[in-house]
Amino acid sequence: MPKPSRENEFLLAHRLAEIRANRPNVEPHIVSEVIRAVLTTMSEDLTIHDTALLLEVEELGRTIANAKIEIAALKVDDINGSHIPFATDELDAIVSHTAAATNAILESCETLDNVAATATGAMAANLQNATTRIYEACSFQDITGQRITKIVATLKTIEDKVARIIATFGPKVADIPTAPKPELTPGEELLNGPQLPREAMDQSDIDKLMASFD
Amino acid sequence: MPIDKSMNVLIVDDYKTMLRIIRNLPKQIEFNNVEEASDGAEALAKLRGGNFGLVISDWNMAPMTGLQLLQEVRADNRLKQTPFIMITAESKTENVVAAKQAGVSNYIVKPFNAETLKEKIEKVLGHA
Repeated sequence: MPKPSRENEFLLAHRLAEIRANRPNVEPHIVSEVIRAVLTTMSEDLTIHDTALLLEVEELGRTIANAKIEIAALKVDDINGSHIPFATDELDAIVSHTAAATNAILESCETLDNVAATATGAMAANLQNATTRIYEACSFQDITGQRITKIVATLKTIEDKVARIIATFGPKVADIPTAPKPELTPGEELLNGPQLPREAMDQSDIDKLMASFD
Repeated sequence: MPIDKSMNVLIVDDYKTMLRIIRNLPKQIEFNNVEEASDGAEALAKLRGGNFGLVISDWNMAPMTGLQLLQEVRADNRLKQTPFIMITAESKTENVVAAKQAGVSNYIVKPFNAETLKEKIEKVLGHA
């Protein structure tokens, strides 16, 4: 450690005198001990490498702090709390609706088949060809269902990864102020799309609601 | 020799709509005795408890897949000769190879048409 100059010694003595005046109850030897303890932890001057490393560490800290703010702005808790469950529910609803529609089509097709059985000649053949094409086309429900199942699995993977990010950054993420929600136009505010069956009103509910305004 | 329309046929799929489609499609054959199962385990129980001349099964089912069902059928002395058609959306080479190695009689990829189904049924029953 380089030896302090006379000028520095004078400044230090002057500073200590100031502190002593402000805090008369503190014994000077205690202050000296504290300063000595701090100085002894510094074994030597910082090298260029040490300085570069410190700057790197500082930069790393800043990057982590920024990442926390960005993650908070994304509202990661919302991703697992509402976005992914919402998407999964919507996909489940698609499977359910297409299954119901396909069954209705197949039922009508079977009725047509029964009619075809009572017909003869070209009419019977035409009817049967038409119903066969409908049966074939209805297999879309199985294919789309399997594809949707894959998407649900992908969402689950994303959910797990997001949960890991939240766990890594800790609960403090939730405390960081988030960016305000983008403002919706009056038209956009009401664009909710089809409701999930459990949340939707049926026609009788709507009739009651409409009647309540009369 | 014409196809025996009175033979018991088991169709296996976890999608009810698919069961309905497969049941209705082979109009030109018109099997009289078609039974359904919605997964491999249910199918195996029906096969062991009955007398089936043909199995038409999906692959992607839980808890027992169509491939596992096929392996069980081929490992069962009483069932191992039963013609087994796999109808599946699994169209990778490795899937077809695995099914063939497990002893599948024929393989139809979804989506399929009535003509393909009829052709494969006739083929596995030895009437092509």
